[in-house]
Amino acid sequence: MTTHTEIAAPRRAKWQLKLPLLIWFSIAWLALMLLIAVTGDLWQPYEYQAIDLHARLQPPVWLEGGSWSHIFGTDHLGRDVLSRLVTSIQVSLLVALVGTLIGAVMGTLIGLIAAHFRGWVDDLVMIAIDYQAAIPFMILALAVVAFFSNSLLLFILLMGIYGWERYARITRGLALSSIQHGYAVAVRTLGASPWRIYGRHILPNIANALIVNMTLNFPQTIMLETSLSFLGLGIQPPMTSLGNMVGFGRDYLLTAWWLASLPALVIFFTTLAFALLGDWVRDRLDPTSR
Amino acid sequence: MTPLYALQKITRALLTVLLIVSTVFIVLRLSGDPAIYVLGLDADPQALDAFRTRWGLDQPIFVQYLQFLSNCLQGDFGYSYFEERDAMEAVLERLPQTLLLMGVTGLFTVLIGIPAGVYAALHHNSWIDRMTMLVSVAGFSLPNFVLGIFLILLFSVTWQLLPTGGSGTWQHLVMPVLTMTVAEAAVFARFTRSAMLEVLHQPYMRTARAKGLRWHQAVRRHALPNAAIPLVTVVGFFVGTLIAGGVVTESVFAWPGLGRLLVTSVANRDLAVVQIIVMLIACSMVLTNLIVDLLYGWLDPRVGSLRTGN
Amino acid sequence: MIPKSNSPTAQAPLLQVSDLRCAFKSSKRKGFFGPHHLIHAVNGVSFEVNAGEAFGLVGESGCGKSTTAKLILNMAHASGGSVLYRGQELVGLSHQAWKPLRRRLQYVFQDPLGALDPRMTVLDQVIEPLTIHQLHDRNQQRQLATQLLHSVGLQDHQLRKYPHELSGGQRQRVVLARALILEPELLICDEPISALDVSIQAQIINLLQELRRAMGLTLLFISHDLSVVRHLCERVAVMYLGQIVEMGPAKQLFNEPRHPYTQALISAIPKADPGQRSERIPLMGEPPSPAAPPAGCRFNPRCALATERCRNEVPTLVQSGDNHAVACFEAKIPVTEVA
Repeated sequence: MTTHTEIAAPRRAKWQLKLPLLIWFSIAWLALMLLIAVTGDLWQPYEYQAIDLHARLQPPVWLEGGSWSHIFGTDHLGRDVLSRLVTSIQVSLLVALVGTLIGAVMGTLIGLIAAHFRGWVDDLVMIAIDYQAAIPFMILALAVVAFFSNSLLLFILLMGIYGWERYARITRGLALSSIQHGYAVAVRTLGASPWRIYGRHILPNIANALIVNMTLNFPQTIMLETSLSFLGLGIQPPMTSLGNMVGFGRDYLLTAWWLASLPALVIFFTTLAFALLGDWVRDRLDPTSR
Repeated sequence: MTPLYALQKITRALLTVLLIVSTVFIVLRLSGDPAIYVLGLDADPQALDAFRTRWGLDQPIFVQYLQFLSNCLQGDFGYSYFEERDAMEAVLERLPQTLLLMGVTGLFTVLIGIPAGVYAALHHNSWIDRMTMLVSVAGFSLPNFVLGIFLILLFSVTWQLLPTGGSGTWQHLVMPVLTMTVAEAAVFARFTRSAMLEVLHQPYMRTARAKGLRWHQAVRRHALPNAAIPLVTVVGFFVGTLIAGGVVTESVFAWPGLGRLLVTSVANRDLAVVQIIVMLIACSMVLTNLIVDLLYGWLDPRVGSLRTGN
Repeated sequence: MIPKSNSPTAQAPLLQVSDLRCAFKSSKRKGFFGPHHLIHAVNGVSFEVNAGEAFGLVGESGCGKSTTAKLILNMAHASGGSVLYRGQELVGLSHQAWKPLRRRLQYVFQDPLGALDPRMTVLDQVIEPLTIHQLHDRNQQRQLATQLLHSVGLQDHQLRKYPHELSGGQRQRVVLARALILEPELLICDEPISALDVSIQAQIINLLQELRRAMGLTLLFISHDLSVVRHLCERVAVMYLGQIVEMGPAKQLFNEPRHPYTQALISAIPKADPGQRSERIPLMGEPPSPAAPPAGCRFNPRCALATERCRNEVPTLVQSGDNHAVACFEAKIPVTEVA
């Protein structure tokens, strides 16, 4: 089966180093997003669900008819777009973060189990990895949502399952090579338990590769979450997420373009910043890769 | 490529298909009692029993499983309660539209992505290389629906050149194809570039120059064919993202294909249709990967002679 | 087959290895669906190490000497035989039962860089065995480790360094300290100096000798380097293709080697005194693969003395009165020394 990591982590590119401006932009943007996510209330002039039917579809302040009371305008129910945007950023980042962490922990654990027990356990894990890698995850997620009906818990779990196989593959490969020679053997002859060998020695040594994969996985989780929410099959109203906002804004493209394009811009800048920064970090952490 | 290698790959693909079908069956049974799902929670117990007898749900689970397999083989996947007709019929009706979209996208992806990647690699570290890679990163990190929304705003709302959605004329095809091509071509360009760079640094390229070939001759005769081999592996990934991207893109542009049908069926919990589409996609992925494996084994003799292909 | 200790003060040996065997499956099969080839890496090895002595195990690379060490320490799976440590059977012990024994048997690796965790300071790595065995409190651990690192020759400013920041010799000192901090009785050194520069090798050997005296260590020293073994060990066993071909007191074995293989190995040691020239006995060919050992004496294809008998019969290790054993039909055992 084809390995996807090879595609997403291509040959070391030099251009990032010569365009540090882009890296600065990425860091600044992500810092802003983080700030907004942490200090959400400060940025919200209104409750994000507060409906004001007298002020429906108001344009942003810089357009004709806009006012400072709704800087980014209002949606079809008169809800403040800025306030909704802030909550959406919080929700989207949180879901992606929790999802990435679940995937990382699960995948790493499965990879270690495969490497430790080998034999049929390993075979089983490898089949599962191939199987998962062969089917586009979005299709799998859609099927699960169809069969089990949507809920927030299920959705976050789905985001967690996304990408586990890459962590598992990386962990398994690196752990297998570490266990067989060198320091792991040495620590075993000292009488260390497997827990200690994996936890204290092998994991810290392969952490770099796992972190690199996390920088790849995180923006992809954001993309998956926003896509599913855009389709109306992810985060459900009254909760809101960036994809969700774009989805509802799509119906008003002709009359109120800001409804869809503002959250769409936020998504684009965030995923782009992650991609640029991820490439750059990968080069820094892993100068010998490829 | 040894026949054993091919045989092993084909057996594995068939096993995977069986695994997929079985998973669908298990998930189907896990997701709740179909009788209650169809007739409602407060249905008459007699009606429920009758329904179960009618669809064989009172049989032992193993018998149900065999029945399910035989139905699958006969192309009988059940009735779509939402579309009010045979589920397979509804799916087959949408298939040509999706294939059209994918075919055109695939064509443009190859026509744009590969030359861009080759050009970037040949001018490694030049500003054009950097720009190509920057555009590629942007294209790769731009979700389909975001790009689609921007395109609609530009071409339909501002310039009023193209219809916002639907199908029928070539104008309808422009934006969906453009949306999908950007992401796919970005991946192709990046991958082609790295494959080319790898090959350009091989000793045989120096040898080719040393024996008097001009640079462009050496590239054409040695670099391009060798860089094409790893490119084959990206095809499996390509089909996967094409399918996933198609689901979103079709929804953005109201394109009447399988992807859109899948999304509406999921929203309506029209399980019969979801089940067919998922199996169809899974099987085409397995088939794609099988073809990639066989092609790879054929192109690269080092792989094809290995006994264990994983 | 087991050589008995005939010394008058017959104490039970610290380590008694008898008929140890290790076979693993080759990836090649006999025919397409046939069984895997079995490779006998260690094929019936027996020896004993007495408390306080330094015992050398020598042979060419691939002869099974490292595998023997790994079998003793349960790092590889023995397919037969027994290893008694102070009378306790080690073969087949569980991880739990091994744990207290790890304090008493320690192992020093060939490649010190590989044996150290690249992401831990050397001080932490020397402390780690104490933590694993829950000995002393944090402060005492640090103190003990610092002391020991000093006594193997590291300086204060090097204790907080990572392995890649140290030289090869310093790393091997760290590995030694890590093995010694548990105050083991038996130290198994597997080619501890072969990865080091020649100038550093002598330092490590001297350190080893010093530590041995100071801590009353028993040493099982594995090496392909005969001159080092001669310098360090009291008794020596020579291995060839998974079997011991000669074993005896070091002085005697080096002065009057009886097995043609030992003779060839010793004749290849460069002499310090150029006047004392001896004829070098060349070894013919490469050692055969352990996957397909020759019939009869395993050394016969390379042996100048090989007879018809050597090609058909397997010689056993026969002991003469002077604690010197040899597995060769043609070996000349001095008549005067046979008791």
